[in-house]
Amino acid sequence: MRAGFRRYAIYRRATLAGAFTNTVFGVIRVSIFFAAADASGGSVAGYDRAALSTYTWVGQGLIAVVWLFAWTPVTLRVRSGDVAIDLGRPVHPIAAWLAEDIGRAGQACLIRFIGPLLVGGLLYGLQVPTRWTTLPLFLLSAALAVVVSFGGRVLVSLIAFWLVDVRGVLTLYVLTSNVLCGLLVPVHFLPGWAQAFAYATPFPSMLQVPLDMATERYGDAESVALLAMQVGWAAVLLAVAVRVFDRGTRKLVLQGG
Amino acid sequence: MSEPGSTQREREMIVEIEDLSRHFVVRRSVGRLRREKRVVRAVDGISFTVGKGECVGYIGANGAGKSTTIKMLTGILVPTSGRVRVCGLEPVRQRRELARRIGVVFGQRSQLWWDLPLAESFRLLAAIHRLPAERAAARLERCVELLDIGPFLDTPVRQLSLGQRMRGEVTAALLHSPELLLLDEPTVGLDIVSKEALRAFLSAERAETGTTILLTTHDLPDIERLSDRVVVVDGGRVVHTGTLSGLAAEAGVDRVLTVELTAPAEPLGDVPGTRLLSVEAGGLRQHLALTGSAAAAVAAVSARTELRDLTIAEPDIEDVVARLYRRAAATRSSTVD
Amino acid sequence: MADTRVYAALLRAGMAGQATYRASFAVELVGTAMGMGLDFVEIFAVFHQVPSIAGLSFVEVVLVFAIASTGFATADLLVGQSDAVIRHVRDGTFDVVLLRPLSVLGQLAAADVQLRRLGRVSVSLLLLVVVLVRLDLDWTPARAAMAVLAPIAATLVFGALFVAAGGIAFWVVDATEVTSALTYGSAYLAQWPTGVLTPVLARFFTFVIPAAFTGYLPALALLGKPDPTGLPDWLPWASPLAAVATAVAAGLVWRSGVRHYVGAGG
Repeated sequence: MRAGFRRYAIYRRATLAGAFTNTVFGVIRVSIFFAAADASGGSVAGYDRAALSTYTWVGQGLIAVVWLFAWTPVTLRVRSGDVAIDLGRPVHPIAAWLAEDIGRAGQACLIRFIGPLLVGGLLYGLQVPTRWTTLPLFLLSAALAVVVSFGGRVLVSLIAFWLVDVRGVLTLYVLTSNVLCGLLVPVHFLPGWAQAFAYATPFPSMLQVPLDMATERYGDAESVALLAMQVGWAAVLLAVAVRVFDRGTRKLVLQGG
Repeated sequence: MSEPGSTQREREMIVEIEDLSRHFVVRRSVGRLRREKRVVRAVDGISFTVGKGECVGYIGANGAGKSTTIKMLTGILVPTSGRVRVCGLEPVRQRRELARRIGVVFGQRSQLWWDLPLAESFRLLAAIHRLPAERAAARLERCVELLDIGPFLDTPVRQLSLGQRMRGEVTAALLHSPELLLLDEPTVGLDIVSKEALRAFLSAERAETGTTILLTTHDLPDIERLSDRVVVVDGGRVVHTGTLSGLAAEAGVDRVLTVELTAPAEPLGDVPGTRLLSVEAGGLRQHLALTGSAAAAVAAVSARTELRDLTIAEPDIEDVVARLYRRAAATRSSTVD
Repeated sequence: MADTRVYAALLRAGMAGQATYRASFAVELVGTAMGMGLDFVEIFAVFHQVPSIAGLSFVEVVLVFAIASTGFATADLLVGQSDAVIRHVRDGTFDVVLLRPLSVLGQLAAADVQLRRLGRVSVSLLLLVVVLVRLDLDWTPARAAMAVLAPIAATLVFGALFVAAGGIAFWVVDATEVTSALTYGSAYLAQWPTGVLTPVLARFFTFVIPAAFTGYLPALALLGKPDPTGLPDWLPWASPLAAVATAVAAGLVWRSGVRHYVGAGG
């Protein structure tokens, strides 16, 4: 975990630039949402201006933490055969990679989360929490979101055991997840059938759920239920990933890798 | 009376460099906050000319300023001060026009299209230089013949060996029959056969078309084979210009006469036109540095004793240049002090 | 110019490298088209909740989107890799470009052409045609001319942004992510009415980085609608001129960048 933390700390300049990008896009998004709220009598899909600003800026901050972009380290390791080194370690590679990813996420919290949140909050205002449970619920949910996101990313990466060119699948995954996780617009903006479809996937658990915690969209009981859903998805994805990985390495060994 | 003569001479100058300098500012972080500035004088007041049809060797150690000079001649780099004209044009300002008149071969960098077959690179260059099809074909055929590049014309450039690629690069540089051919370390890393082929080709090309050549190299046999003149540069400054043999004389390196005698003899310390260097095998073999003509020295030695065999060793060019560098370095450090 | 044939030959050489892997190229084509779908989904989702944004309806905003998207995708196709010029400098492949009797930008554009952008270009154009038909506009010769010029103007503006980013990269090597943020951010913003921004930002993205001229203002001209933030009625019709001015400015930035490279020694 510490290795992941340190490696990403080196790219400080890149991190600042990344935070700048997130901020620029955040400004545009929140402006669009405000215009929507104005056109609809002050609130949209249950979000008022303050909630929209919170949703946008916490979201922009979480993007880098939860990592909703393309993610290739595992694919590269499988490709190059370095995965054999991971197999030699006492810990299961999936667990090792998860620990590294959590380290990375922690590092991202410093600049890429706080940066856009601070700037956006100062410029556009944030919703002040009314309950003491909001912050712990949010933090827990965000941590779980990182794990769920990791689960999804590692599963997609493991396709490298079977497919030569993973790029197409990876692109499809990123595009789908971006729509269904609430990155583009809140999932609650989507038509009913689309929302139902989204919640049948792990994607909302990667971003929408922690954002809902931050905007206090649900009461405590429902929020805990959502946390349970995140735990469930995390467990399912990790279990499947372990299974898939074991199968993949068996294939590799059989082929004389 | 000298007026028309001098303008004619001027017109024939393909390369004119006058008091050319190029400085780089290198910044280094010292400690946590301060940054130290240092001025590196890569080229520091160089002047020389290359006339039409000449072949000039531009030699120097690594970091002496050779590549920097070439960059300024081709318009890739702006001089800090001084005057440079190539084919009568200013390299930086008139870059595109100059590119039509010169050909460049970089040892380290390629001008060919990496992923495409070699022949395709030639086709593209012919199009870029707007060469009529017959002329391009004629030039290509000549190069194919002399450099033997036919076998790999259809191979992608990235799959070629260094020797093959360099032959391709030279072909590419000469495709549009430039007035001036600049070569920056063209034989680095090549095997003997390729080097010879390249040298032979350039020699023949020059003889036939009168192309002016400026060649930088580490490899002194290149110079011996091709150049009329050499310009030696060290520390950004010209330390010697002239012919190769003049170079040897200037550096004060001796030709050595080695005599094998039929019977051991006393050291031949007083033969006129020589200087005794060393004696071996009790006087059976002796080494004499020649200060005058070799023939006279041989006659003088055979007058004193019976010669079984003799050899004359020309100074090793590497030694010559090394001496020059060392002398230049000594002069530089002494002026600094 | 005889040189155009040369650039065409260089273009073909650049493309030859890309289309060699047919299967993954097809995937990339689809990928870029889908990326556009993402932006469209966002517009759709917002309009699923509200009837209008900054005075424009769903179809009208799609018009803005279609024009801007066509322009951006085409510019990306042609000069989208301009800010990667630093990559060439690091690889040592930049000097070669200076040794040829051709323009530096022309050579780089031909060599780095992004064919896979054709996916987004064609879908955007298709969408533009569909929307124009659907809107049933009050067609005048001026509007017809604008309908043709608007995507071209958009291409010029986005091309200018890419090229300017490249020029800046020569001066400030690590500026790439910042210039990318502004370029891609402008592209994102250009899909929406500029009026969503605060007045200060709106003016910035109209007159400093002319994102408004790539979609919103031409759309206003075509729709015959006034700008709710109070910009003069003739301004939308000046879009092509604004595009040309931007391109010229970008050209100067690029030139100064190349001059800086030659002056500094790379």
